[in-house]
Amino acid sequence: MENNVVLTMRGISMTFPGVKALDNVDFTLRRGEIHALMGENGAGKSTLIKCLTGINDFEAGEIHVDGVEGAVKNHSTQDAQNVGISTVYQEVNLCPNLSVAENLYIGREPMTPLRTIDRKTMIKKADELVKRLDIKVDVTQNLENYSLAIQQMIAIARASDMDCKVLILDEPTSSLDDSEVEKLFKVMNQLKSEGVGIIFVTHFLEQVYAVCDRITVLRNGTLVGEYPIADLPRVKLVAAMMGKDFDDLASIKPEGFEDRHDAPMQIEARGLSHRGTIKPFDLDIHKGEVIGLTGLLGSGRSELARSIYGADKAHTGTLKVGGQEARINQPLDAMNLGMGLLPDDRKAEGIIGDLSVRENIILALQAKRGMFKQLSRAKQEEIADRYIDLLQIKTATRETPIKQLSGGNQQKAILARWLATDPDFLILDEPTRGIDIGTKTEIQKLIIQLSQEGKSIMFISSEIEEMLRTCNRMAVLRDGAKVGELDGELTQERVMAAIAGGADND
Amino acid sequence: MTKKKLTQNPLFLPLVCVVLVLAVNVVYDIAQGNAFYDFFRITMQASASGEQLLSGRLVTILNRGSEVAILAIGMTLVVSASAGTDISVGSVMSLCASFCCMLGAGFGVSAVNDPSEFAMPLIVGLIGALVMGCVCGAFNGALVAYLNIQPMVATLILWSAARAIGLLLCNNLIVYVRVPQYQVFGGYIGFMPTPIIIAAICIVVVSLVLKHTAMGMYIQSVGINKKASRIAGLNSKRIIFMCYLLCGLCAGIAGIVNSSRISSADANNIGLNMELDAILAVALGGNSLGGGKFNLAGSIIGAYTIQAITTTMYNLGVSSAVAPVFKAVVVIVIVVIQAPPVKAWVRKHAASRSTGKEAAHA
Ligand SMILES: Nc1ncnc2c1ncn2[C@@H]1O[C@H](COP(=O)(O)OP(=O)(O)OP(=O)(O)O)[C@@H](O)[C@H]1O
Ligand SMILES: [Mg+2]
Repeated sequence: MENNVVLTMRGISMTFPGVKALDNVDFTLRRGEIHALMGENGAGKSTLIKCLTGINDFEAGEIHVDGVEGAVKNHSTQDAQNVGISTVYQEVNLCPNLSVAENLYIGREPMTPLRTIDRKTMIKKADELVKRLDIKVDVTQNLENYSLAIQQMIAIARASDMDCKVLILDEPTSSLDDSEVEKLFKVMNQLKSEGVGIIFVTHFLEQVYAVCDRITVLRNGTLVGEYPIADLPRVKLVAAMMGKDFDDLASIKPEGFEDRHDAPMQIEARGLSHRGTIKPFDLDIHKGEVIGLTGLLGSGRSELARSIYGADKAHTGTLKVGGQEARINQPLDAMNLGMGLLPDDRKAEGIIGDLSVRENIILALQAKRGMFKQLSRAKQEEIADRYIDLLQIKTATRETPIKQLSGGNQQKAILARWLATDPDFLILDEPTRGIDIGTKTEIQKLIIQLSQEGKSIMFISSEIEEMLRTCNRMAVLRDGAKVGELDGELTQERVMAAIAGGADND
Repeated sequence: MTKKKLTQNPLFLPLVCVVLVLAVNVVYDIAQGNAFYDFFRITMQASASGEQLLSGRLVTILNRGSEVAILAIGMTLVVSASAGTDISVGSVMSLCASFCCMLGAGFGVSAVNDPSEFAMPLIVGLIGALVMGCVCGAFNGALVAYLNIQPMVATLILWSAARAIGLLLCNNLIVYVRVPQYQVFGGYIGFMPTPIIIAAICIVVVSLVLKHTAMGMYIQSVGINKKASRIAGLNSKRIIFMCYLLCGLCAGIAGIVNSSRISSADANNIGLNMELDAILAVALGGNSLGGGKFNLAGSIIGAYTIQAITTTMYNLGVSSAVAPVFKAVVVIVIVVIQAPPVKAWVRKHAASRSTGKEAAHA
């Protein structure tokens, strides 16, 4: 093995029923480097990682790990850990009903001499660990009390704390905001300087250029190439991933898009609130308007949206939908008023894992029609096929269980679920999370197209650029309260200042 | 290709299990010097009163298995939607039977031997029993769906209480209803055993409902991911409640059949331990007790498999005292065959064999 190489994978192939997920893929990781693994949704990134960590049983190829004699074949994540490979998966894989400390040390709890779990030490060590990584949590609280982002940070803390040579991060940043990404990068650089090799999967190109040393690109389960970061500028990277030239930064807003002030009202919220998550707020949304919610993580963006939709029933305030007074007790009421909500936590609130892609797509439409008015099978298939085609959902068949799709493709299917209901007011909470840049642009275009058709969209994203590209107007949130709105010319500086508490709010 | 499809069918294993059980009978028959098809022979036999009735061991299995099959329908829905089991169905059967006979006979009366002695028309008793089943189901459903009580704990209440309430209703007596109009539900219509007809109707009705409404998808969706289902517009609680209610109704029907078979409301014995058979039927049918996707046909096959095992036991002359041991052994084998690691192992070996074949071809 080459001197500073910690991991080599050679000729890895892997087939799922109906899908050749990996075809003869090579990958090399060196000590103390951050190595980006890039590719479109369904390119095989997660699959390659799962081959490494023993979750997938690859059919051909060899893996060598520094310091281990012969080829390594892991059969479980435990095996992988024993040879020094730790992983944080795309979906948070911790136990929500255990405490943060328990989650950090599950399976490797400090023991007392009597072979019982030494809680005191565990809590103390957990506390030190989260402090070192600057995560602000009470380690004795249950994990479910914290946001998805915090949960993700805990997962990273857990993985990095184990004695590891290789740390794998599969889209860890998709639920983090800029400041948290910054923190994560600090941790990553720290580990890198300690000689850990890090595999970093992300769809955020800026992040790749911010921390990575090298990039490996996959396309359709095959290796495109491995490049030092300097040799692969952004446009070339995009071309390598998509197999064609593509300008993901071109403007997509049509002329005269800014102004929707004269359009009739779609949503008028007055004093709406949900105890403990969002303080009373007023909000007007015109027909055909794209309103962005911006703010730091935990500022109450999702919570504001959820209180309108009835996902968390509002405790106070009134809501008018299309000029009519509306009472929303549960999501179905909101749906019957023409609303839809794409939730941010795809695994917990989005996908119905064991149901097929078809059933997942038609679910909301069927719910709206009611149990006794079943969509005919032919109709269901037609709808599913239409959206699989429109959003280019990569799936073996429309009857494949959705949990077998790659993360990004699951997200597209959930988006399809809402598009199928033809809503007048669609709330999209991080709709492009985990979606590759080609499709991301498609979704942004779709949002604009929907708004041109007179539909109102509420758009929540941790990526400010993305919101600048699509929104007419933004509402700014801070600490669970709406603190202002941004109108007219939206720029990165204005938004940043508003989020941080600058003077720009009106 | 077709072979692969067959083994991937969710009903494949449950069917294999039935075939295995039936095969035991065939082997036994051959060993005994009987015709190998003896087991499957369906004949007409004259009853004591001279009527021609369908008979044969297969008929016995279908007939005797009716109650568990009916219970298995409700149990399947409950398991799917709530990832829990309703352990009260056996007791609820007994309560419904007692209620039915009590309404018919009048409180405190221990026997009805003639239609003229009915305190209330029989139909009132029958409807009362079904309503009672629904009430019990609704009680369980409310506890599970709206109060978020663990299904096992919630249904434990009626598991212990329902039978006792039934006894109270019957004033601690065994109430006999020896009237043809009542006995028919556990007897024969023409040459056909009525329980088979009732079970068939239940199965067909539920299958049709599942096929022509979105109920099946709703239930599975809630069972797989309650939160996501709610966001997508399903009323998760109401759906869980409905499943328990239907399960209670099934228990009511099964209770009537069982009590009619013995022409009485024997509160202490009707449906005794039958909840376990119903749960086992669901499991044997290849359904996960963890909820989510379900296969009703599998559960039904499971129910009759259990009955087939029991009947086989009698057939082999196993004494009723040790029969449970044999039953347990058979069940262990069947459950192990269907366990995920074993399935994965089989699949892997099947796959390596077929790829080996392909390689040989090339
Ligand atoms: N358990 C599975 N069963 C069947 N097919 C699968 C399974 N897991 C992944 N696949 C398929 O393998 C292919 C590669 O998926 P993978 O999850 O590796 O993609 P990815 O590059 O991680 O994409 P994303 O960026 O969306 O996360 C996809 O076509 C997917 O449908
Ligand atoms: Mg992935």
